[in-house]
Amino acid sequence: MSTDTVLMQALVYLLASVIAVPIAKRAGLGSVLGYLIAGAAIGPFALHLVGNQADVMRFAEFGVVILLFLIGLEVRPALLWSMRAAIFGLGAAQLIGIGLCIAAAAMALGLDWRHAAAIGAILAMSSTAIVLQTLDEKGLRRGAVGSAAFGVLLFQDLSVIPLLVLLPMLAVVPVVAVAGADGGLHGWWHALAVLAAVLAIVAGGRYLIGPIFRFIAATRLREIYTATALLLVIGVTALMQLVGMSPALGAFLAGVMLAENEFRRELEADIEPFRGLLLGLFFITVGASLDFGLLMRHPVLILALTLGLMAIKAVAMSGIARAFRMPWGDARTVGVALCQGGEFAFVLVGFVVGAGVLTSELGRMLNAVVAVSMVLTPLVFLLHERFGQGNAEVSTAAVPDAFDETADVIIAGFGRFGQIAGRLIAANGFRTSLLDVSVSQIELLRRFGRRIHYGDATRLDLLRAAGAEKARLLVIAIDDREKALELVETAKQYFPQLTILARAWDRRHAYELLDRGADVVERETFEGGLALGRIGLQRLGLRANQALRAANLFRRQDRRLFDELMPLRDDEDGFILASRQSQATLDQLLSAELQESVTSDRDRGWDTSSVAEEMRDAAE
Amino acid sequence: MKSFWPFGRRKRVIAKPRLAASGPSGGPVLERHNRRMLLILAHPALQRSRVNAALYAAVADMADDVTFHDLYESYADFSIDVEVEQQRLADHDLIILQFPMYWYATPALLKEWLDMVWLHGFAYGRSGTRLHGKTLLCAVTTGGEPEAYTPSGSNRFPIAEFLRPMEATAYLCGLAWAEPFIIHDTFQIDDAGIAIQAARYRKRLAELIAALPVTNSAPATATAA
Repeated sequence: MSTDTVLMQALVYLLASVIAVPIAKRAGLGSVLGYLIAGAAIGPFALHLVGNQADVMRFAEFGVVILLFLIGLEVRPALLWSMRAAIFGLGAAQLIGIGLCIAAAAMALGLDWRHAAAIGAILAMSSTAIVLQTLDEKGLRRGAVGSAAFGVLLFQDLSVIPLLVLLPMLAVVPVVAVAGADGGLHGWWHALAVLAAVLAIVAGGRYLIGPIFRFIAATRLREIYTATALLLVIGVTALMQLVGMSPALGAFLAGVMLAENEFRRELEADIEPFRGLLLGLFFITVGASLDFGLLMRHPVLILALTLGLMAIKAVAMSGIARAFRMPWGDARTVGVALCQGGEFAFVLVGFVVGAGVLTSELGRMLNAVVAVSMVLTPLVFLLHERFGQGNAEVSTAAVPDAFDETADVIIAGFGRFGQIAGRLIAANGFRTSLLDVSVSQIELLRRFGRRIHYGDATRLDLLRAAGAEKARLLVIAIDDREKALELVETAKQYFPQLTILARAWDRRHAYELLDRGADVVERETFEGGLALGRIGLQRLGLRANQALRAANLFRRQDRRLFDELMPLRDDEDGFILASRQSQATLDQLLSAELQESVTSDRDRGWDTSSVAEEMRDAAE
Repeated sequence: MKSFWPFGRRKRVIAKPRLAASGPSGGPVLERHNRRMLLILAHPALQRSRVNAALYAAVADMADDVTFHDLYESYADFSIDVEVEQQRLADHDLIILQFPMYWYATPALLKEWLDMVWLHGFAYGRSGTRLHGKTLLCAVTTGGEPEAYTPSGSNRFPIAEFLRPMEATAYLCGLAWAEPFIIHDTFQIDDAGIAIQAARYRKRLAELIAALPVTNSAPATATAA
């Protein structure tokens, strides 16, 4: 069955994703695996609903470019500079170390050293798309694991350029014309072109993009704004391809240049949907390009090679990360995350086969191994989460001396919210134990001389290490709603003596927290909003004391409402109805209070009108 | 147990009003009970107190007869719930105000409470009869020695003079004025002295409860607004 029209193709791809991804996600497999399965199902080697993947692949790789652009937007140049150790230290160590390991393994299998070297370089690459998507889904991208993995991936992207120059030199048979990416530019000219392109991106990002976007924004045409954003990314991609550089790297660079631009947030929001869809498409094409024919012919060989590759990469990467002083648990996670072959492998394989370094038979085999390893990554990650974490916990628990074990209060999440609560408590002489998962936050606070520990507070061993058995209070101020609920449950179950104070996202979350056993909840925006409203009243002409009392009344009514609606929280319709009615009562009450306050004082305590009236009556 | 004042399932502090579902008027409703004495404690820094804390502790086990109300714990932000407070006053026959004297007067929150709760139409005025027939006792501690409250002492006037505003309030609102319970010299008093005073306080409150006429034993309950 052949479906040639674009519409039919789109139909097949979308249908496959819409069916496979939610199921995979529900089953706890993650969206990446869902896309891969969908791809394999519709691919030419299974249902054959879609044909040759080469064209689609090229299109889908654009998803990786957009991903890198979006990441770049979040990385300010200063942050990039502070990550230099991760990029050039860990990254270089990974590429060289693992490249050598794989090359050695290849030689042990009887390959020529030149083949082995090329294979080592190619297979050392990991998949930016899969790794970042997986880490994102697991909530690990912003932690130590995330930044280490990101540094390594970035270095791999950087090294594609020199590899494109160096790999052809390994050719067994000299090839006269190297077809492809460098577009016929050679030597110095090539280097100059790359430099010029990079400079163009840097300068353009600095001086040109701002005015252009301001101009476009002034037209108030939403779709043109989106089109401009896309044009920017595609333009950078085209430029990079022209000079034979990794488009993903170019896009990343462009993103970094725009990270401090005032249009950053809008750019992000505009391009985000394209990223998701195109990345999904990318994963589908990887799934679809699985050559089941080759797999059928050499199932054992390919599976063995794949598992061997993943084992080497995971073990070696863990070792390297450990050598860079990461805790064992994190090092292992980084190793597992980076254990697959990358999308650049497909590019490089095509390139070196064209350059005569490898035979096309070997090339196909490599492609199959890389694709299978990509498919297996989410599964391996799941296994790691199920079984590998136990060991990781032991390793962290082995260094509990970093904590003040006699803390009175454990603050889980020392970000914008937890800091305020935690500082107030610490300033009054109570000992606090601080936990956070954001590395940059920890770094920042360390510079202010604050001791704060890295870790996911939902982990029992970490709580114990933080002193949960002897502490009196647990303040939960983590950003993740679900994790907060989980943490309440864990703490309630294992440390019943703890009084649990939790930051609630909103009313519903507050009820959920109370259901799980939190002792006190505070909606995170409530007091802030109230404070600002009070100042607003003052600026509108109310006396300070009047505004303060209005705010106090509002608070009291709202909290009463919260208590009253508590029994209705699970009954959606009843809840909405009741809260609407109560809201109306509250509004009425407040507006009556305020109405009155325009002409007289709203507090009856200082309202002398009734006394005056009575005295006048008496005088008559 | 310290209470963290937002909402949620916390253990109720003994003296806190229980808010049930709203009453017919939409206002809060207090629990029903048979206690006839309301002891209102107003101390802005109870954690530093010796005498007031000891007095409060000495009567803590009288919870069957006494509703305890720690004003600074309930309204640390001075945001007084007027309806709840009026209902609470109406529900009791004996009102005790226990406080240390500051600048010859009540602590600020107790004055605020009087301003906000003892309103025209509730406590005084033509229709303000809700406190009629109740009894008011002030239990006051002062740092000065008894001699300081004499014409030749540093405070010049007898302590009763400084309590005149309270006495006048009781008079205006139709409450009987009980002989104030005074403890002088709280800076000097030793632990044995405090114990004696605490026992005296306990005895005084018990006498007041015992002296209540039996006929008046049905306190106003939740339905009145």
